[in-house]
Amino acid sequence: MNSVPHAEPPPRSNPGRRLSSFFHRHDRLRLGTLLAAPVAWLVVVYLGSLALLLMAAFWDTEPFTNDIVRRWNLDSFRQLWEQDVYRDVAWRTIKMAGLVTLADAVIAFPIAYYMARVASPRTRNLLVVAVLTPLWASYLVKAFAWRTMLGEQGFINWLLDPLGLGPPGDDWHVGSGWYSWDVDLWLTFAYFWLPFMILPIYAGLERIPSSLLEASGDLGARAVRTFFRVTLPLAFPAVVAGSIFTFSLTLGDYILPRFIADQQFVGTVIYERRSSALPFAAAFAMVPILVMTAYLFVAKRLGAFKEL
Amino acid sequence: MTESPLTRALLRLGTGLTLAFIYVPLFVIAIYAFNENISQTWPIDQYTTKWFRVAWEDENVRNALWMSVKAALGATAIALVLGTLASLAVARYRFFGKEAISFLVILPIALPGIITGLALQSTILNFLSPVGISFSIWTIIIGHATFCIVVVYNNTVARLRRVSSSLEEASADLGADSWQTFRYVTFPQMRSALLAGGLLAFALSFDEVIVTVFTSGAQQTLPIWMLTNFGRPKELPIVNVVALFVIVASVIPVWIAARITSGRPATMRADT
Amino acid sequence: MKHVRRKRISLASAAAFVGALAFLAAGCGGDDGGSSSASEDWQVSGLGSTLDEIQANAKNEGQVNLVIWAGYADKSWADEFTKQTGCKVNTKDGASSDDMVDQMATGEYDGVSASGDATLRLIAKGDVAPVNFDLTPNYADVFEGLKDQPYNTVDGVGYGVPHGRGPNYLVFRNDILPEDTNSWAPIWDGSQAGKLSIFNNPIFIADAAVYLKATQSDLGIDDPYELDEDQFNAAVDLLKKQRPDIGKYWDGETYADQVTTFKSGETTVGTTWPYQVNLMAAEKPPVSVTANKPTEGTTGWSDTWMISSKAKNPNCMYLWMDYIISPEANAKVAEYFGEAPSNEKACDLTSDANHCDTYHAKDEDWWKDVYYWSTPQADCGDDRGEVCKTYEDWQAAWAEIKG
Repeated sequence: MNSVPHAEPPPRSNPGRRLSSFFHRHDRLRLGTLLAAPVAWLVVVYLGSLALLLMAAFWDTEPFTNDIVRRWNLDSFRQLWEQDVYRDVAWRTIKMAGLVTLADAVIAFPIAYYMARVASPRTRNLLVVAVLTPLWASYLVKAFAWRTMLGEQGFINWLLDPLGLGPPGDDWHVGSGWYSWDVDLWLTFAYFWLPFMILPIYAGLERIPSSLLEASGDLGARAVRTFFRVTLPLAFPAVVAGSIFTFSLTLGDYILPRFIADQQFVGTVIYERRSSALPFAAAFAMVPILVMTAYLFVAKRLGAFKEL
Repeated sequence: MTESPLTRALLRLGTGLTLAFIYVPLFVIAIYAFNENISQTWPIDQYTTKWFRVAWEDENVRNALWMSVKAALGATAIALVLGTLASLAVARYRFFGKEAISFLVILPIALPGIITGLALQSTILNFLSPVGISFSIWTIIIGHATFCIVVVYNNTVARLRRVSSSLEEASADLGADSWQTFRYVTFPQMRSALLAGGLLAFALSFDEVIVTVFTSGAQQTLPIWMLTNFGRPKELPIVNVVALFVIVASVIPVWIAARITSGRPATMRADT
Repeated sequence: MKHVRRKRISLASAAAFVGALAFLAAGCGGDDGGSSSASEDWQVSGLGSTLDEIQANAKNEGQVNLVIWAGYADKSWADEFTKQTGCKVNTKDGASSDDMVDQMATGEYDGVSASGDATLRLIAKGDVAPVNFDLTPNYADVFEGLKDQPYNTVDGVGYGVPHGRGPNYLVFRNDILPEDTNSWAPIWDGSQAGKLSIFNNPIFIADAAVYLKATQSDLGIDDPYELDEDQFNAAVDLLKKQRPDIGKYWDGETYADQVTTFKSGETTVGTTWPYQVNLMAAEKPPVSVTANKPTEGTTGWSDTWMISSKAKNPNCMYLWMDYIISPEANAKVAEYFGEAPSNEKACDLTSDANHCDTYHAKDEDWWKDVYYWSTPQADCGDDRGEVCKTYEDWQAAWAEIKG
């Protein structure tokens, strides 16, 4: 038998309570207040800056000083279209982003699966720490470490020499033209973005209820079949979520391509022209923006946003 | 568990290989912190510990470290506030434009950093400088906060969706106003998500260099200091030492965060 | 359907808002088009008008922020400067002249050690201010041949103090080429496939032009920075031929990497600054290389210290400009980097008594085939008129060459 709580006097009215009741009655207003700051920040600070940058793509520069002249034109786009090299650069960048994403997905899956479904809670914690720690190692130092490891007298050659092996292709560069593949840069990118792929996959796999997998087994599917028919499809949105990062980070990087492989990527070209030819840099920046916006739409459709 | 022993053994192998892949380069960094020479060939010719003392005494290193901490704290604070506000709105209300919000929030981190950086730098140079606002720690903070919002937002939205709103309704029924409800009911449930999001935001800001190059003028955060010095022969070993220090020092907060987020409230796991 | 329409409306209104914002901003944004012409107003705000005032103000400023070529502000003379003036020296290495121009445009630095291909651009953009030589007494002892040069003086107004000059050397490992090699041919004829170490900047097109000037005189190249259509295309073709042979590029930020690649043998022949040659010799064990100016001539640089028109620490900057060209400091930096000093008196103070002879500081003839970096312009400066390629063309071509 519950005891009847003794009657308390109603709470005293104060400005906080009055404001709170006001918001309670005007629910939409409370919503608006909640949203005001973040939306204002993102729209004004971020979208506003982005819009201004993209507008610059339609402007021109003074020939000697490279100051911006606000004369509307399409010269930058024409130059992008007419010079073949920029198409090559864009394709090279997108191709690398795809290859890196594939590599990371493959490398990340086993460890993410192990962390999510096999490891004991204590091991799992340790593994999470182990996976997150490299994020704190400076980007530049990691870049330099890879540069030296890949160098002629670097660590990797030191390992491979006794086995009679060497870097693939012609000094880590395999193939040519449309099918070329900078293996050294690919390895480095895959290394850098790996934690961004492991974590979402781990979170996604963890969310799969064991009951589903057991049910699949009860219905007669062996482990491999369960994996391909149940686990993988359920984990796929998480893989897509992770791929947003691996793809985007590769697409815009301007340090590693120059540093590891002396290659021109979209990011490096934009970076080199950012002051002396801002309209051109802005025009070229449209490429990663359009690619990523399309990628995000597709990713959203595949349910990736819920897995971030 | 539905995995066979063979599968588990293979998974262990895969995990081990991946961990090796992740840690060998870090090991190389650690070794080079003891390198006498400026050129980084392998194996190392001569070892020394002198760079540790040099790094310790370098005023620029300490200033850069402190600048990084300040910037990361500022960016994390802003991200926590804005991310929480946005996630409360999205998780507890229905309104048109809701999907646009999640798209908008993720945009700064999904678009490559060079674009964010270039856009912000253009704005500072062309619109803020003429009115006297130029590069400072605040421009760094603004840049970092913008893409840190999503990290906090994602964590808190996921948590708020998992925690049903019936608790909050009950709280209101019992006579609590909005602030009390938030303080006594919502916030404690969100706390660990906020902590995880905040720590991740701090980490992102602390090591950020791609956008910071554009928003920092002459101010030096630690990554900017490294960028300025990793090409300088006399400074490269110090850079390696500092990097080693940061890696080791970061293990503690990361471990704490992992411990805190592993204790989840006992709610249904089938929801997303 | 209604839900979808609402979503579209909200996105549309967001877009409209952003568009409106953008157009508003475009309309009333600050004016940064059009260059300010050279003015005689050397009153960078906050600058004292006498040496005593400058020294007193400098103590309040406490620091000077410089964009420099690597090695120009080493602790061994920068610390002495800080002790004398109370100004701490903070520096950023420029990757290239383009990078330096970009950095100065932000207004965040007080000064720059600009080469000839940056100086005129900085002056035209109004990012640097003229220098009052009365306030830099050591200027009086600078070699006459470095004063009033076209790259640092406009309409009779001087914009900086000369720092020193040097050539871009040919460098090769002694176990790859004979020590008496003194031609650029090895880097152009494909004999060093995959082993070349080349400067990563469009200005390198001038090096191709220098080689063509000597080997294909029918092209009629005179000034390697003023190339008309045919000359330019020939240079670009030569560079495209060279591209597959490049082992690793280097620039003002990654110059130390060149030491590593020469040591490991990843690169064995290329271009360099004397600074890296000194660094290679300082390795334990030293990297055995030879560096020289080939018979065809070479590109080079004559650097000028300039003060930003928006300098936040102008007094410290003036003190730095005076200090770096003082005999003691100028001697130190000339030896450290490996260049010819700008101050005549520095020649008596170098620890190697022959330094000035070795680096031809007083031998103007030697510099006749050293073509200092300068910015290509449409106006060829001779009877060809305005048909020469601009730096924009050079940048576009460089992107194509690199592929």
